[in-house]
Amino acid sequence: MPAIRVEGLTKVFGTLVAVDHISFEVADGEIFGLLGPNGAGKTTTISMLTTLLTPTEGTAEVAGADIVRARDRVREQIGVVFQEPALDTNLTGRENLDFHARMYGIGRTEREERIRAVLALVELSDRADALVAEYSGGMKRRLEIARGLIQHPRILFLDEPTLGLDAQTRRHIWEYIRTLNRERGVTVILTTHYMEEADRLCDRVAIIDRGRIAVLDTPEKLKEALGGDAITLSIEGDAEPLLKALAGLPWVKQAGVASGAITLTVEQGERHIPALIAAAGSAGVAVTAVNLRKPSLEDVFIQVTGRSIREGA
Amino acid sequence: MRDLTAIAVLWQREMIRFFRAKSRVVGTLGMPIFFLAFLGFGFQTSSVPGIPAGIDYVTFLVPGILGMTILFSSTFAGISVLWDREFGFLKEIMVAPVSRTAIVLGRIAGGATTSLVQGVLILLLAVPMGFPLPGVVPFLAAVAFMLLIAAAFISLGLIFASNMKDIHGFSLVMNFVVFPIFFLSGALFPVENLPAWLLPLAYADPLTYGVDGLRGVLTGVSSFSPLLDFVILSAFALLLLALGAWFFERSESA
Ligand SMILES: Nc1ncnc2c1ncn2[C@@H]1O[C@H](COP(=O)(O)OP(=O)(O)OP(=O)(O)O)[C@@H](O)[C@H]1O
Ligand SMILES: [Mg+2]
Repeated sequence: MPAIRVEGLTKVFGTLVAVDHISFEVADGEIFGLLGPNGAGKTTTISMLTTLLTPTEGTAEVAGADIVRARDRVREQIGVVFQEPALDTNLTGRENLDFHARMYGIGRTEREERIRAVLALVELSDRADALVAEYSGGMKRRLEIARGLIQHPRILFLDEPTLGLDAQTRRHIWEYIRTLNRERGVTVILTTHYMEEADRLCDRVAIIDRGRIAVLDTPEKLKEALGGDAITLSIEGDAEPLLKALAGLPWVKQAGVASGAITLTVEQGERHIPALIAAAGSAGVAVTAVNLRKPSLEDVFIQVTGRSIREGA
Repeated sequence: MRDLTAIAVLWQREMIRFFRAKSRVVGTLGMPIFFLAFLGFGFQTSSVPGIPAGIDYVTFLVPGILGMTILFSSTFAGISVLWDREFGFLKEIMVAPVSRTAIVLGRIAGGATTSLVQGVLILLLAVPMGFPLPGVVPFLAAVAFMLLIAAAFISLGLIFASNMKDIHGFSLVMNFVVFPIFFLSGALFPVENLPAWLLPLAYADPLTYGVDGLRGVLTGVSSFSPLLDFVILSAFALLLLALGAWFFERSESA
């Protein structure tokens, strides 16, 4: 049985179709990523899967339970870290965790043990008894992640879990998500803006754009599908004739201009750099710098959505 | 079992928040104290028309101010779901595996307790102003009325909160619903003084029976028998509670 099965899931707000007939499955024990620009419908999808929003159309099962007809069974098996803060700032960190643990029916001794463990994990043990109102943004985020783990969920939903965290804490959290996944078999579904996060962490990634799933595969396969390495040529002179010349070469998969430089997708990039420079020479263009990158998810993202994730919708 | 725990936890959250926010306690008590002091002393010597023979205006007024205290604090407790939504905490509550009814009851338990604390404080403050100290049985009867008033108006607050998108409608509800409920209830002057065309509204106001009941049990003077007040107020409370739970269940929280 898949951990999550989504079929034709749709959410309409007034006239806006926020999520448009999406279907996918997440296998038990998988780390699954939802990647997409602002407003793509990631949070709306998560809200439906976590029973907070009722779908306009379509169905989904989480841990074998229908998200509309068996909400309570869904709720019993999931942990959620929301994109927007969801803490009571008038309570202390520990009180927030205690409130949560009790709502999930965890007994006192167990509760104290688990709270101590998650606080240590996110390195908040020494600030646990301060009011959350006095926490920094990053501390609040860490507290929320800690909270989502207390009930030992079978399936963990993380909506932009590391947004606003410093690099070190982010890596910490990744490590922990991986451990949780490997050792406890927790299925994880996360949304993120960080390509690196999706690449490093996720077994499979769905890129979602304007409410639809554009592509869905492992990060490796998605990158392979681009067909080569990303080469950027900084040039002096007119780009047009060079572009025309490059478009005729069989090993150039894609050519374009972005912020004054020529961007190319080239099979076996290292071997073709000399030929590129020669082509520029015959087109009367001076190459001032060459950059070669192995393709990243960011490149996949740009190709699929037609824009960089930082540019937004 | 899980639901009982949830009610207890939600209740406890209200207690912590209430007693931690000292300024909120003082703030919410301010209005009823001023009403009591200024109206009580201001009308002390004049004869307010319609006040039953045998009691002075302060004695007439105190149960009304009690009703007012409970009305405002409990409507606020119900409508404060809006603040939980605004600050995101509602999602944390709604995603928990507990029944929606338990969530509603937890809020009512918390709001009713904080309202009752404020009501009892006002009652104690009224004694030095000349209000007769109630015996044990009338006091317990008054507590029962205060809890019923609280249940009714927390539910009403919940009905509004469930049908509002954000906190901007709050002052609208306060000015066009809560204040009229207060003025129509007979808290400040006998309902019978109202023009005839307003009387049906006064009799449709749950607080009318709350105030009359409190007046009956605390001072022995009332328009209806306290038992009748109790029955009607209970019916209102149950109806509003059912409606509140119904609307709350249907409101989306994301
Ligand atoms: N409650 C709502 N009412 C109306 N429109 C909404 C509501 N929630 C979301 N939307 C709209 O639905 C679309 C999808 O929003 P959603 O929050 O799911 O995007 P997202 O992919 O999570 O974006 P981000 O990366 O910015 O978090 C957006 O256009 C948003 O404005
Ligand atoms: Mg989002």
